Amino acid sequence: MNAIGTPMKRREDPKLLTGEGKFVDDIQVAGQLWMGMVRSPFAHAKIESIDASAAEDAPGVHAVYTGAQLQEMELWIAPLPCAWPVTDDMVNPPHFPVAAEEVHHVGEIVAVVLADSRYEAADAAELVVVDYEPLPAVASIEAAVADEATAHSELDSNKAFHWPLIPDPEALDAAFANAVHTVDARFVQQRLIPAPMEPRGVLAIPSPHGGEITLYSATQVPHILKVMIAATSGISEAKLRIIAPAVGGGFGAKLNVNPDELLAVTLANRLGRPVRWTEPRSEAAFSTHQGRGQLQHIELAADADGKLTGVRVHIDADMGAYMMLITPGVPLLGSFLYTGVYDVPAFGFTCEGHFTNLTPTDAYRGAGRPEASYAIERAMDLLALEVGVGPDEIRRRNFLAGGEAFENLDVASTLTFDSGHYGPNLERALELADYEGLRAEQKRRRDAGERIQMGIGLCTYVEICGLAPSRALGGLNYGAGGWEHATVRLLPTGKAEVVSGSTPHGQGHETSWSQIVGDKLGIDPADVTVLHSDTAISPLGLDTYGSRSLSVGGVAIAAACDKVVEKAKLIAAHSLEASPDDIQFEAGVFSVAGSPDQTVAIQEVAFGAFTAHDLPDGIEPNLQEQVSFDPPNFAFPFGTHVAVVDIDEETGEVRLTDYIAVDDCGNQINPMIVDGQVHGGIVQGVAQALWEEAVYDDDGNCQNPSLLDYLVPSAAEVPSIVTDSTITPSTNPLGVKGVGEAGTIGSAAAVINAICDGLSPHGITDMLMPATPQRVWRAINDAKGGAA
Amino acid sequence: MKVEMTVNGESRSADVEPRTLLVHFLRDDLGLTGTNIGCDTSSCGACTVHIDGESVKSCTVLAVQADGADVTTIEGLAGGGELHPMQEAFMECHGLQCGYCTPGMVMAATSLLSENPDVDEAGVREGLEGNLCRCTGYHNIVKAVLSVGGDGS
Amino acid sequence: MIPAAFDYQVADSADAAVAALVSHGDEAKLLAGGHSLIPLMRFRLATPAVLVDIGRLSDLSYITDAGDHIAIGALTRHRDLETSELLGAQAPLMAAVAGQVGDPQVRHRGTLGGSLAHGDPASDLPAALLACGGSLVARGPNGDRTIDAADFFTGFLETALAADEMLTEIRVPKAAGIGWSFQKFNRRAQDWAIVGAAVQLGDAPKVALINMGSVPMRSAAVEAALASGAAASDAASVAGDGAEPPEDLNGDAEYRRHLARVLVGRGIEEAQS
Repeated sequence: MNAIGTPMKRREDPKLLTGEGKFVDDIQVAGQLWMGMVRSPFAHAKIESIDASAAEDAPGVHAVYTGAQLQEMELWIAPLPCAWPVTDDMVNPPHFPVAAEEVHHVGEIVAVVLADSRYEAADAAELVVVDYEPLPAVASIEAAVADEATAHSELDSNKAFHWPLIPDPEALDAAFANAVHTVDARFVQQRLIPAPMEPRGVLAIPSPHGGEITLYSATQVPHILKVMIAATSGISEAKLRIIAPAVGGGFGAKLNVNPDELLAVTLANRLGRPVRWTEPRSEAAFSTHQGRGQLQHIELAADADGKLTGVRVHIDADMGAYMMLITPGVPLLGSFLYTGVYDVPAFGFTCEGHFTNLTPTDAYRGAGRPEASYAIERAMDLLALEVGVGPDEIRRRNFLAGGEAFENLDVASTLTFDSGHYGPNLERALELADYEGLRAEQKRRRDAGERIQMGIGLCTYVEICGLAPSRALGGLNYGAGGWEHATVRLLPTGKAEVVSGSTPHGQGHETSWSQIVGDKLGIDPADVTVLHSDTAISPLGLDTYGSRSLSVGGVAIAAACDKVVEKAKLIAAHSLEASPDDIQFEAGVFSVAGSPDQTVAIQEVAFGAFTAHDLPDGIEPNLQEQVSFDPPNFAFPFGTHVAVVDIDEETGEVRLTDYIAVDDCGNQINPMIVDGQVHGGIVQGVAQALWEEAVYDDDGNCQNPSLLDYLVPSAAEVPSIVTDSTITPSTNPLGVKGVGEAGTIGSAAAVINAICDGLSPHGITDMLMPATPQRVWRAINDAKGGAA
Repeated sequence: MKVEMTVNGESRSADVEPRTLLVHFLRDDLGLTGTNIGCDTSSCGACTVHIDGESVKSCTVLAVQADGADVTTIEGLAGGGELHPMQEAFMECHGLQCGYCTPGMVMAATSLLSENPDVDEAGVREGLEGNLCRCTGYHNIVKAVLSVGGDGS
Repeated sequence: MIPAAFDYQVADSADAAVAALVSHGDEAKLLAGGHSLIPLMRFRLATPAVLVDIGRLSDLSYITDAGDHIAIGALTRHRDLETSELLGAQAPLMAAVAGQVGDPQVRHRGTLGGSLAHGDPASDLPAALLACGGSLVARGPNGDRTIDAADFFTGFLETALAADEMLTEIRVPKAAGIGWSFQKFNRRAQDWAIVGAAVQLGDAPKVALINMGSVPMRSAAVEAALASGAAASDAASVAGDGAEPPEDLNGDAEYRRHLARVLVGRGIEEAQS
């Protein structure tokens, strides 16, 4: 059996292709009440009064609750949680589902309507009259850093924490004091709206006689949600069941504990009726956290050859209005990656988190790592210019281990990289892109003075995934562990069931897990059923984020299979009247060493374990084993991306014409799925580089909350992508790393490097993201001396 | 008011408010939840269905406007437990991940090919301009559509 | 987002629609394809008390040869314009522009009359009609009147249509063999133009600009330059003159004026080639 490594078609697809997939909004229950949210139009204001009488009298309305009323009702026992207080003195203002006295961002909920239909809920929400006293708004990270006004009236500063990672300050100072070449660069990571195609949604259903609540939520993290809702609502965990049905993409946006989730559960519990809400897309800019939002300052020190001697980084990170689940931890996830794939003797990183009166930030595909990769990869191109070598050469000179293969290598940011082999990966990408040919074409166009110029950008990224060793998380003050749980059982008929704590939302877990279990147990993957995403079926788990499902959850499944085989071997030995030490297991069949005719299939063993008529002494019936796997290390995938852009120098329009990605995520279970993850990740990163930004005015209003103005690209804007891979196994038992975020982590830098490369004859060395036509045109125009 | 239309070959009717969007009629009144809602600005195409054989965004059509029309949703594209060749191609080419944009994408793609059977890659990309996907980067969607029709078949 | 409630009436003739407008006044709106109106209603930026559905008036969906012009029924859909052989041969600019509106789904529902009556300066078809030198037939309680496209767009989302009038026909002069070009600049294919230019040459060259002011407009300066025999680049250099373009996330006024010059230049060159 060798299902692992084959591009098996996905078992998830037929349902989704025929409309049978059930997303939260597809589930209808009798007697349900729809929540309609009344949201603040002000970024920062005192709530003076709320008149809900007209809404209460509107057709179909069951009740209207203000924040103050909900506080009096004592629906919850704690504010919405932040699970990652990164420092002991981190400032963390209380965040309740509905504001009672003061609002801190546009769109914060001030009252909730409950009505019989979604239309009536929308109508009634419009009728609630709220009187506000506006307060000065902190409407940008720059304003937050300046600290002239505070985002929370009760605070005297916007600063939430200061977090340093400077392993050897003296060595760092020395590196810069002795540097021959230096780079000093500032980058902006604009705010992004994650925009999974399925908006978030919740449906909380109380049991008929009270006491138990089932919450359907479009979430990536049903297990974490269960713990957190129990902790904030006071409802016993044993009474809570969380189900993530079909979930239409997450990208971090569904990795949180949101006001609507806590509201639905607590109101359903109090009222004894199902309570639901589906996020209108244009509310998502307020009701779901955003990503990125950082000001980055990176400095490089290098010797005469351009070999790095030190990297120093400071980040000002926009927390938004509140600390949500892992808001403050996101920039820290990147902190360890600012030295990239390079051999850097001295490193220092500091981060300050700041409150603004904007939608809270939190994880978005890559979470801290695309930001880090962007900064170091942009800075490396600047170093190449400073030293006078090509972007490929500056990277070759600085690769860890000289570009040779390594395992368990300590790097300056205090981590140990599991494995890497950077040199051949870069060379493969350059070959696939015909790098020399591209450079020749670029020169031709430049010499001819053509209107459409070409830019070529490289990014050699590394990322951290496989979150995470629990001890490492503990060391970072994270409020949970990083293990994953799996149960594998062989049913009496020889079919297998695997229960995973990972929670898919598009990644094809059911297919990949069946491939692992099929190979491990020597059975047909079609005979493997995968159960997940329902805390009643899968009570233990830590869910899906941080490209962790395979390298943690997949390894847990493989280990549970190993335990099943171990036990089955004892039963097989007993039935074959041989010593367990003499039993071999291959392709689903146990045999006796030296007596190849003496065999028993694992399915027969499963039936025997079920009947339990003739088990060895001390062996329990049934073949079921479970593993909670806590990874000993993170995994560090890497790769080389090459972006090629056309730049229309008359209009500033940038068109991505070619994209070549050679990724190394270790061993691959399903190469088709790996490719798909890479494609999608790349386009999200390209979108940050070229199209997307949540833009706010000075009063803290998002100027482009809808998909009309927030430019998620379509097929018409992007090219097909050339992908290939190198394979450098990780040190875990499957040799796998992770690939869910890799594309995003490599692509923004590759595209902006390409644009700056294309514009370099004008002396242009930086470009803000997104590189809008206007920005590019203005940069060219300014470089030419101004007159439009 | 009462609306009546043919949906996936069956005559269906219901009493609706005039403001009821076709997509809500299909989903909430008829229980055909395969057609998804991804935005509120006619931008994402997740709600794409066919009216009289042509792709439309059912979030921008009132149910009353479709009174008397012939509507096909993803549930009725193939029917009988079968997959339409476009659905097969999406599966074969890994043209879907989370599957949320997929019904609309498939409906848009089949409409595109019925109008332009010889479409090339650029034509597929332009032809799907009204459908957003956040998972696939479109690479495999385009491949799937070209494998069914156009110059890739 | 969900529209506010309204009363719904189906008009079984243009006259019936006009009669409904007369009886309901400002409270009523005509609903054709709905692709301009329904998005506004979903955000409650439009809250008509009465919607008069004219979408079923199939006798107002036609493209016919009317001698010196092509007559287009007001309820003709963009898709029908885009694929009409007659229009493609006799007024190719109009057909080409129709194929660039929105996305295929929008083009399957949106109508020419609806788009023109909405009068959006960012919209493609008003510019196309201006560049074609077309005219519009409006029906009111006192019968039909013809309005020159140049006089039709009167203000931001305002037209020469009275509250009790509806468009019934659009007339596009035949232009077979005359050079034309449509230049649309946007960041995503489905988006409105940041700036666009529709050019049709001939005896009286016409150049219309998209999203360069509060109304769909022609560039008098460029047309005058072309009429006096100026070279393409010289004519294009005045494309931004007199325009007061909007400023938004996609472009400020300076950039839009620049784009207008570039696009008009490209348009004239393409039309002349």
